[in-house]
Amino acid sequence: MFSFLNTKNFKDFHDHYLFWVKVFFLSLVIFGLILSLFLSPADYLQGDTVRIMYIHVPSSWLALQIYAVMCVCGFIALIFKNRVFTLITKSIAPIGFTFSLISLFTGSIWGQPTWGTFWTWDARLTSMLVLVIFYIAYILTWKIISEFLLAEKLSSIIALIGLANLPIIKFSVDWWNTLHQPATIKLTESSTIHASMLTPLIVMFLSFVAFSVIIFLIRFKLESLNLRVNSKKQ
Amino acid sequence: MNSNTKKRLNIFLVSVITVLIIGKFIYESLSKNTVYFFSPSDLFNSTELPRGLIRVGGMVKKGSLIKNGNKYSFTITDFKKNISVSYIGIKPNLFAEGQGAVVEGKLSTRNSLVASKILAKHDENYMPKEVADALKKSGDWNKKYGK
Repeated sequence: MFSFLNTKNFKDFHDHYLFWVKVFFLSLVIFGLILSLFLSPADYLQGDTVRIMYIHVPSSWLALQIYAVMCVCGFIALIFKNRVFTLITKSIAPIGFTFSLISLFTGSIWGQPTWGTFWTWDARLTSMLVLVIFYIAYILTWKIISEFLLAEKLSSIIALIGLANLPIIKFSVDWWNTLHQPATIKLTESSTIHASMLTPLIVMFLSFVAFSVIIFLIRFKLESLNLRVNSKKQ
Repeated sequence: MNSNTKKRLNIFLVSVITVLIIGKFIYESLSKNTVYFFSPSDLFNSTELPRGLIRVGGMVKKGSLIKNGNKYSFTITDFKKNISVSYIGIKPNLFAEGQGAVVEGKLSTRNSLVASKILAKHDENYMPKEVADALKKSGDWNKKYGK
């Protein structure tokens, strides 16, 4: 089922598609930046500050989604002992970590002019910080523990514990009184964002996804080669 | 599925159920204790007034904002109860009448607060200025956003 992920087949797949994903990403990100920085309108209340949203929101979405993927892969790696999924989890963790940091930093830059503060301990911001800590814990497990089998097990367990945090982040704005506003893009109801601002948001999101795919392909190849070299040494 | 996989799956399921039960308890206690801000009604209904720094959130009542140099006084409302607030300092850009705000400060009486910090809350609606104007003109604004 996952034959294309086998390291041997993957190498051909990798070399063939990486170039096209790069082209896809570049064209999307250029198009998206022009849309969000120049062509999209300023907000009626926030003015041009709203343009931070086109970076902040896609990075936050990806930080959460990548962690969710890590949990699923960690689960399969832990229970069914499938090494490929360990490598997937290990490859995407730094991508999600970077996006969660971008989300926090752009959030504070946005928070200062609109709310009047860089940081506040409300439920959404705090739970997002907890996500960053889980990413750090996951990555550190691999750095600190040199024995592959032990690191594989522990890191998967850490990833799965962090799963509990995801619904807290998502629903924190509904469960508690928070300074952060509730979600704009909703799955069940119509979104409360004008179409002229939704389009750049979606384009930027797709370009961030393409970027993640590029980094994933590079890192996955590296991790699988690493594993092969190390297992030959022993 | 071999027996080892089955064993691991069982351990996993048992730990997930345990975590869910613990999480339920944590959530129950958190939802009582962690409030980022009180609404004016919360304060009105509380038997004991909170001491020290507290946060109160709601809408800045229309027509209540008085500015005198860098001194501001206004009323925070949740459309049921009001709290009058006085503040000295710089206000955030989005702070205005009819907008949401969270103020941090000390209660001087049950319904007046001396604020040391103002945070503007903004809602989840984004639209260009022309659309907002058109909505206000046609009268659809209140139907959609209730302000």
